[in-house]
Amino acid sequence: MKRFTYVRAVSIDQAIESLSVHPDAKLLAGGTNLVDLMKYDVATPTTIIDINDLPLREISETADGGLRIGALVTNSDVAVHPSVARHYPLLASAILAGASAQLRNAATVAGNLMQRTRCSYFYDVLTPCNKRAPGSGCPARPGLNRNHAILGASELCVATHPSDMCVALAAIGATIIVQGPNGLRAIPLADFHRLPGDAPEKDTTLFGNEVILGIELPPVLEHHRYSYLKIRDRLSYAFAIVSAAVWLTIDDEAAISTAQIALGGVAHKPWRNTAAEALLIGRPASRVNFEQFASMLLSGAVALSENDFKIDLARRTVVRALEQAASRTPQSQSDKRIH
Amino acid sequence: MDQEQTVTGKSIFRIDGPPKVRGEAKYAAEYKVPDLLHAYVVTASIAKGRILSIDLSAARQFPGVVEILSHKNRPWFWPVSFLYKDAAGPPGKPFMPLYDDRVHFSGQPVALVIAESYEAARDAAALVGVTYKAEPHATDLARSPAFIPRKHRIGVAPVPHPTGDADRAFASAPVKIEAAYTTSPENHHPMELFATTVEWGDNIVTVYDKTQSPKSVELFLKVAFRLIGRKVRVVSSYVGGGFGLGLRPQQSVFLAVMAAKSLKRSVRLVLPRDHMFALGYRANTVQTVSLAADEKGRLQAIRHKAIAATSQFEDAQDPILLFSASLYRCDNVKLNYELAKLDTVSPCDMRAPGAATGMFALESAMDELAYALGADPLALRLTNYTERDQSENRPFSSKALRECYAQGSERFGWDKRSHAPRSMREDKELIGWGMATGAWEAAMSPAPARAEVRLRSDGKFEVTSSITDIGTGTYTILSQIAADELETPIERIVVRLGDSALPFNPIQGGSWTAATSGAAVQSACRKLKAKITSQAKKAGVLDRRPGTELLSASALADLLKLRRGGELSATGTMFSPPFGKRFSSATHAAVFAEVRVDEELSVVRVTRIVCAVAAGRILNPTTARSQIIGATVMGIGKALHEDTAYDHNLGRCMAHSFGDYHIPSNADVYDIDVVFVDETDTQVSPLGVKGVGEIGVVAVAPAIANAIFHATGQRMRDLPITIDRLARARSRAS
Repeated sequence: MKRFTYVRAVSIDQAIESLSVHPDAKLLAGGTNLVDLMKYDVATPTTIIDINDLPLREISETADGGLRIGALVTNSDVAVHPSVARHYPLLASAILAGASAQLRNAATVAGNLMQRTRCSYFYDVLTPCNKRAPGSGCPARPGLNRNHAILGASELCVATHPSDMCVALAAIGATIIVQGPNGLRAIPLADFHRLPGDAPEKDTTLFGNEVILGIELPPVLEHHRYSYLKIRDRLSYAFAIVSAAVWLTIDDEAAISTAQIALGGVAHKPWRNTAAEALLIGRPASRVNFEQFASMLLSGAVALSENDFKIDLARRTVVRALEQAASRTPQSQSDKRIH
Repeated sequence: MDQEQTVTGKSIFRIDGPPKVRGEAKYAAEYKVPDLLHAYVVTASIAKGRILSIDLSAARQFPGVVEILSHKNRPWFWPVSFLYKDAAGPPGKPFMPLYDDRVHFSGQPVALVIAESYEAARDAAALVGVTYKAEPHATDLARSPAFIPRKHRIGVAPVPHPTGDADRAFASAPVKIEAAYTTSPENHHPMELFATTVEWGDNIVTVYDKTQSPKSVELFLKVAFRLIGRKVRVVSSYVGGGFGLGLRPQQSVFLAVMAAKSLKRSVRLVLPRDHMFALGYRANTVQTVSLAADEKGRLQAIRHKAIAATSQFEDAQDPILLFSASLYRCDNVKLNYELAKLDTVSPCDMRAPGAATGMFALESAMDELAYALGADPLALRLTNYTERDQSENRPFSSKALRECYAQGSERFGWDKRSHAPRSMREDKELIGWGMATGAWEAAMSPAPARAEVRLRSDGKFEVTSSITDIGTGTYTILSQIAADELETPIERIVVRLGDSALPFNPIQGGSWTAATSGAAVQSACRKLKAKITSQAKKAGVLDRRPGTELLSASALADLLKLRRGGELSATGTMFSPPFGKRFSSATHAAVFAEVRVDEELSVVRVTRIVCAVAAGRILNPTTARSQIIGATVMGIGKALHEDTAYDHNLGRCMAHSFGDYHIPSNADVYDIDVVFVDETDTQVSPLGVKGVGEIGVVAVAPAIANAIFHATGQRMRDLPITIDRLARARSRAS
């Protein structure tokens, strides 16, 4: 771990100013990922700005009937909040699918948004990695890539975003509220994380001197159906090989009226295809239509040397999650049986 | 004392539980030592080559750094490798950290930073700049040439000679199968990290080390560091999991003592989890098994070939084929055991070393043969049951495997199984039931074990032995044995273990501790009891009613008063058994597993395991059961999760933490039902004990693989059985 200066921010403005003064500073919230990265010398900030005193721990309703969740609310508190559990159960379910109870108790909403890939080369400073050390190369592409990206990868980087929560937020259509020196900015979740392209070191579109204040969930979707289905190498405490978040409504004529579906574990960001979703609207919630949608969602998928199985697995996972949602039997995160 | 009052055979909770819960049980890294320095290892990033330069300029400037050792400035140590041989070492040249500029494996220690704090050592280590001249490396077993090891590892039975003519019998048999199996490398990750605290003194060097043998570490250090003349004491009172990695003196103790000797200071070295991947692993294998039978299912031929990974500098060997010639009756057996050299650290023993790997292939093949015959897999085992060890042509000292099959299958409900694959289903899940046989040597230690028991002035009996308790319950069972032999309540027994200053015991491995060290305690107690009885008679304080303890506390106090405070003690020694040649001895198990497979998504759940074990006399059903449960969980990991992933381009292990080296989580473990079948064995050891350390893991992986076949119709021959492998098998089939 590299030595660093510790600053405790007492106000949002002070945090922003500290970030402006120290361009390589990092904000510390729960620290569940950042401290790990620092211990492994993957993250080497010279300044740590502790934001745990900032007033960002509220969950409140928004004027338009949505929900605003403060940046420092813990993952556990989000998952058990009555409004989240009632109106956005998809979000609660995705959070409970991730990490362990201890980690969820410490990890925050903003930290979850900002967590970095778990690619093992990224974590090992004795190996090259374009994301960690730009220009050093990507050993994952010719090497161990069994759990790497099948969508949206670049020559330089095939890493995936590890979050479960963000996959649900992508499906629900959340917005990230950030504040910088020039004031507030709202970033749709779909635009918050970026594809690696030629700058894999950048995970998000957040500017270096901006602070995440919280997330806003859109107005309650009446009669929603949902499921979060996560496929992983063991039944708990593992990152997704593939996950699917389904946010659906079906009208009185049994036709799909809302279809928002995001995939996790397959790309550098939660993956959505709104054009494919649009084709589901007005059509019956049938397996044939789900399969057609899944194929379209995965149409651009490209396999690396070891992860060809993920393409088909992702298709199957989406179809199953859609079936679970449509039949109002969402995947339980405590009973590991998939139905 | 009658049966009702004995404590051996009873479920006594482990006596080391309360001190562990209270934090009083100290592990190697927890001892408080004055003026302690801390060390941290700098590791190699290449798999093979030479160190060209080591830049220490930045690291030396780091506040708190005291010294940085490398091959250039390390203290002198013997340049001849045979002096570094240890009790569990294989043929070859043991790895000597910081010996010269050669890099033998990625993750190898190349420098050691010693500083005033752990953090300073760690953070300075990151500033050490090493440049290398890399050479082509090989870490891929599948691409490495195999050879027959020239020298056998001591303590590992050589591969049995062929019997009959397996090739001809195979060719002419009506029913046969032949299949290739692979197993992945698995790394040791006991909860306690490998750690050493060296307390350096002018006359005595006390080494608190995580080891399964304080005595062999003591001998190793004395020789390796020329500490002869100085007293070296190695303490390992509590060990947070051994599993075989602690059988050899590890890099941590070598480096910590090197640093302490060099600086004449006390030093602690705790290896972080990622460095543990460079300490030794269960060798990955490529195996081929051919089995042939007549129409009635009687085995006509067994051929089993195994190629196992080893390092460039040692021929690590494990008994992979240990049971291939002896588990079933067959006249024509041919076994081949080969190694392939890789640029990795040497593989090492890991719970049921060899057997757990070889039996996966053999027991999977038996299941394949059962399906080729249209026979029930359990019935096939019974058809080929043998009462004799035909590879050695001698009887077993006892063998209650038939009872394991009977009780295990009944508990499991095996008779309700439908034979055809894919024939059991519930909702979206296919259900599979599979079984496998397990076996492990029931041996006593080849080296003698000693114990001392002493009547203390407080009326308690103190049992001492250098043997460790690696979490298995050794403290508890030795207390039970002593209590019964001394006819004394267990509360009056105090056991001290894990200290090389205590009576000699060999390494704690091979499932032989209960039988061997237990017998030494038994012998010591019997001698002491005779002494006490005769002295008490002489003194007239022996006031004994039948069924009461040997001597009441007050009578003992009287006795000691008469001896004017002098204490009474006795020493017992257990030599390896003289009857070893007349019998073969093994523990056996039958494991039955239920899996549920969501075929569409390739997700497996192991929902039920019944493990029936025959292990002679069970000293403590609670601690024994815990061992079997733990081993079963390890077996689930072997079947489904554990895989040390190597990047062969880099020649580097890319697993660094529990995040990328998966072991089962709680959610992966459903019902585990352990049955100990009655097995009386008067031959195997003085206590009738066979040991339960390893047997639990052997049959779990094949039982699960066979259950997956029953569920899906897909034969999974490569461990671990991960989602990608299942998905590919499904798409090949469709």
